[in-house]
Amino acid sequence: MAENLSRVLTERFPSGLEVLSDAPGDETVAVGEAVLLDAMTWLKGRPLDYAMLLDLTCLDERPLGRGFTMVYHLLSLSRNHRLRVKVALAADAPAVGSLTGLWKNADWLEREVYDMFGVQFTGHPDLRRILMYEGFEGHPLRKDYPLRKRQPRLKERTPDA
Amino acid sequence: MPERIAAEARRDSLLLNLGPSHPAMHGIIRVMVELQGEKILNAELEIGYLHRGFEKTCEAKTYFNLLPYTDRLNYVSPLLNNLAYAMAVEKMMGITVPERAQAIRVLMSELSRVSDHLTALGAMAMETGAFTVFLYMMKAREYLWDVIEWTTGARMTTSYIRVGGVRADLEPGTRERVALAVKETRQVLKDVHGLLDGNKIFLDRTRDVGVISREDAVSYGWTGPCLRSTGVYYDVRKARPYLIYDRLDFEVPLGERGDNFDRYFVRMLEMEQSLRIIEQVMAALPAGPARTETGIEPAEAIAGSRRKRELRPVRLSPTLEGSESGRYPGIVAPGASVAVPPKEETYTTMEGLISHFLFFMKGRGLHPPPGEVYASVEGGNGEVGFYIVSDGSDRPYRLHLRAPCFHLTAALEQMVRGALVADIIPTFGSLNMIGGELDR
Repeated sequence: MAENLSRVLTERFPSGLEVLSDAPGDETVAVGEAVLLDAMTWLKGRPLDYAMLLDLTCLDERPLGRGFTMVYHLLSLSRNHRLRVKVALAADAPAVGSLTGLWKNADWLEREVYDMFGVQFTGHPDLRRILMYEGFEGHPLRKDYPLRKRQPRLKERTPDA
Repeated sequence: MPERIAAEARRDSLLLNLGPSHPAMHGIIRVMVELQGEKILNAELEIGYLHRGFEKTCEAKTYFNLLPYTDRLNYVSPLLNNLAYAMAVEKMMGITVPERAQAIRVLMSELSRVSDHLTALGAMAMETGAFTVFLYMMKAREYLWDVIEWTTGARMTTSYIRVGGVRADLEPGTRERVALAVKETRQVLKDVHGLLDGNKIFLDRTRDVGVISREDAVSYGWTGPCLRSTGVYYDVRKARPYLIYDRLDFEVPLGERGDNFDRYFVRMLEMEQSLRIIEQVMAALPAGPARTETGIEPAEAIAGSRRKRELRPVRLSPTLEGSESGRYPGIVAPGASVAVPPKEETYTTMEGLISHFLFFMKGRGLHPPPGEVYASVEGGNGEVGFYIVSDGSDRPYRLHLRAPCFHLTAALEQMVRGALVADIIPTFGSLNMIGGELDR
């Protein structure tokens, strides 16, 4: 299965896709940011049928000399298979295409990543903070955000404002 | 602030706010609805009131230290969170857990699952007016939590399932308590079936209310009983069996309509299957090693060990039960850097003290090799997954929780659109939103 999958993927996307790991249960592919939407659309459809976006998160790898990395976990219910897709992003002003057109939960998940890491999702209909509040400064899961940083006090809001 | 709904609202409609502190909002979440009469035109959710920076905190804690934080995610079934985390770290380090510990983990998982479902349905039933059901279910939950307390020493914040195994072996008397809990829970399930299944008030509030299609449920990333209520067969215990689930005989109940009633019914049937699993595990579980009831007092052992090594068994205080070296082979994987060294050795021998320090000193203890891992278990609400990235140090470089109810709650806006105000309550109740897990 694993060999088959990497062969299918590299045939379909000769450039912009690289198989990082084909250990059973931990298959990982790296996708170029430019082909992400194409690749995801294709992965979601037949024959691979990754119908569910299981999870979506981000890594701040700037201390390791890289930029940000988006990590998607896809699940195919019909084939009972999980796939991890990674997309490398720039270290400054990271941005990536939004998957809200493909999966409905991408809406909240991408908002969370925007909130926590400051990654911009182009094409997201309503990109704003979700767990943090309006007026929060910075993106807490970035490695350069101190653990015990204090936030400024918010101005008192009147009911009409 | 619910900005989107305020911007999109029609001029002749009414904006109504539910929460963040509203008794039916199970914790703290805010629902803003746009109403035309009693009909919901639009809805917007605001979450994050219980955000406490779980993932950020974990990056600053060692792999051993952060375990108690996982208790506080889904606080109704903390053992399942412990298990998901422990399994992720074990997968990274390549640790195989002893058979007995696996059986105990399955037992604890299923007890937690039943108590999780009881809490969800009890609250949902109460909000639809069935207060008796709530009381019955809480009664059954007390029997289950009694077993959990008897084994782990705590009702909710257990930290019992550890990397490499479990904290302590089962106490004498567990078997009787489990049997009693199973009997009482069965009786409650029977009573609740009788009270609710054909109850007109309950059916009116739940049947064909809060319907979600199979495609939408998959698209929202639903897992667990809520996904199965739409008829999709996906259960982590069956899809990628962990522990000893592949050797146990149980079924995965499916619904067909994806409405509130199906979510209720799937949970009811699942509890029966969980009770079956509990009985199978208890029947197959061999009696544990005999307890060292007698032993010299710790003070005597410490005093004696100053002159020569103490070889007689030492009686440990109740808070350290299970930490005796005699029990380690059955419940903890072998290996010096996996589990806390046995306590009586720490207190009575120099070598024990050194190995204790080596486990807890900065940069020592659990440190998985560099790499990334995703491991998941079937939690009360669905797939609880931990994605951990290690850089080889003793702290995770990045730890991310795949919280099942984040995905469930994301669908609520769509589910209540077009429904009536009163439908929000049972629909929201049937999703079993848990704030600790949703907001992390």
